[in-house]
Amino acid sequence: MFGYPITPSTEILETWARFCLKDKSISLLQTEDEMSAGFGVIGSCLAGVPAFTATGGPGNILMQDAVVMAENLRIPMVGMIMQRGGMSTSTVIYSQEEVRLTCFGGNSEGFRIVYSTSNLQELYDYTIKAFRVAWKYRWPTFILADGYQGKMVGEVEFNKIMDKINNVSPILKKGVNLRNCYNLEEEINEKITRFQEEYQTKREEIEEAEEYELSDAKTIILAHGIVGAAAKVVVDELRKQGLRVGLFRPITLRPFPTKAASQIMDQAERILIMESAIGQLAEIFKSEFYGLQTTLIEINKPALGFTPEEIVKTVQSYG
Amino acid sequence: MADFPNFPNCYQIDSKPHKFCPGCGHPIVLKMLGQIIDEMKIAEKVIFMVDIGCSLLAWDFYDLPTTQTHHGRTIPTAVGFKMAAKGKIVVAYMGDGGAYAIGLQHALSACLRNSPITTIVVNNTVYGMTGGQMAPTTMEKEVTTTTPGGKKEFITLQGPELLRQAANRQAYLARGTTDKPLVLKQLLKKGIEAQLKGNFALVEVLSACPTNWKTKAPETIERMKDLSMVFKEGEF
Repeated sequence: MFGYPITPSTEILETWARFCLKDKSISLLQTEDEMSAGFGVIGSCLAGVPAFTATGGPGNILMQDAVVMAENLRIPMVGMIMQRGGMSTSTVIYSQEEVRLTCFGGNSEGFRIVYSTSNLQELYDYTIKAFRVAWKYRWPTFILADGYQGKMVGEVEFNKIMDKINNVSPILKKGVNLRNCYNLEEEINEKITRFQEEYQTKREEIEEAEEYELSDAKTIILAHGIVGAAAKVVVDELRKQGLRVGLFRPITLRPFPTKAASQIMDQAERILIMESAIGQLAEIFKSEFYGLQTTLIEINKPALGFTPEEIVKTVQSYG
Repeated sequence: MADFPNFPNCYQIDSKPHKFCPGCGHPIVLKMLGQIIDEMKIAEKVIFMVDIGCSLLAWDFYDLPTTQTHHGRTIPTAVGFKMAAKGKIVVAYMGDGGAYAIGLQHALSACLRNSPITTIVVNNTVYGMTGGQMAPTTMEKEVTTTTPGGKKEFITLQGPELLRQAANRQAYLARGTTDKPLVLKQLLKKGIEAQLKGNFALVEVLSACPTNWKTKAPETIERMKDLSMVFKEGEF
């Protein structure tokens, strides 16, 4: 691991440091900043050794320097993003303000994979999965969570047997000369176009979503991460009250699970998009579903969480 | 007609003639490094990394595993690679802007930690690729495109001297010049040897940029002498 302390991701760095005391097969470099952490991860991956960093907020901004290079050179870097508040330094525990940055940060087209987890078990499972997926598809891969998940204590079922990550081998080897600079617009145009075609071809293999009680839903709650977890809690309760409510929770924010969503989104009467930001999830959804006739209602609470109680009231208010 | 010496074996012949401007110092540094790699028989172990700026033109200079990184980020990439592949010899190659301005924190931290990589900093006292702006190394009164009245904002940064203050005692710090390629070659060799002993090395090389200095050959030679008056050659 390469990392620089920033709340609320610091526990990952500290815990890894303790792991390193016991396990000599892993290592840690506490770097001078998040740019160094990101490029350190790239260096390790170039040598064929999986590596990751963990950061959030302003650290996530600095790390994007490395992420665009990882996109261009197809480096399977892994990052754990614990979202804190936006804008700027802001608060230190919670928001969903880093969706846009994590999915599309940098002078690139978002050639990356972003998992939004909703609880500790998922945080564990998708962290393992992130390494497998990153080395399989060779796109930078991120776990997007928040300070609540990062600092929460709870039970997690560990995988007793850990399969090896496939497809791991040195990237920078004899006969390989890599560059990020191009002389001709046509050259880089060809590369970006090729990457886009590959990304779009493979995306359905990568897309994941949790679909809960959607088959007859008149109202679909669209929420990710911990907001999705809060919404799931209330779906059963609302159904007991006779409201046909379901939850669509994208697990991959990038690529957005468009195939799964397209099966159900036009069958509902309304979609309530709930997020702790102003339309960052909504804008991804809308770009995928331009022309959708279903009513979209955006409930934005930048930097604030959603309680199950208020989700109940909100859904009830729409009937 | 006298025989010209062969290219070093580690050169990538297909990429020659190289991409640097006529009179540039980079090819001299790269040639000396190429000769050392041949003589030490380490081509199978060397990983070459270049920065943004004129150094990136060397991305396909050698027939060695090479990657270009971002401005100032070559050192952390090299450090990460070396951590993962301790048997390799990792060379981070950059300009004075990459090492002492946009990436100074990385040079300083690698020096402080004594990270076992070899850093080569080609110092021509200006930002070359962007057209000759002021660098931390720009000399007093020097005219650049961002100091058209002559630089007077701050004193000239002396990289190895600065790093010595923070460096692990084992770290190897030196300054050579393209004016004296054979002396430079010895310094570069010591820089590689330092890494083999597990230490950080940084070798700064004073170099010419006739394109941005706007100097003809005789003036370039004079200008190199001026550089040697301001920047002390040797080991630190």
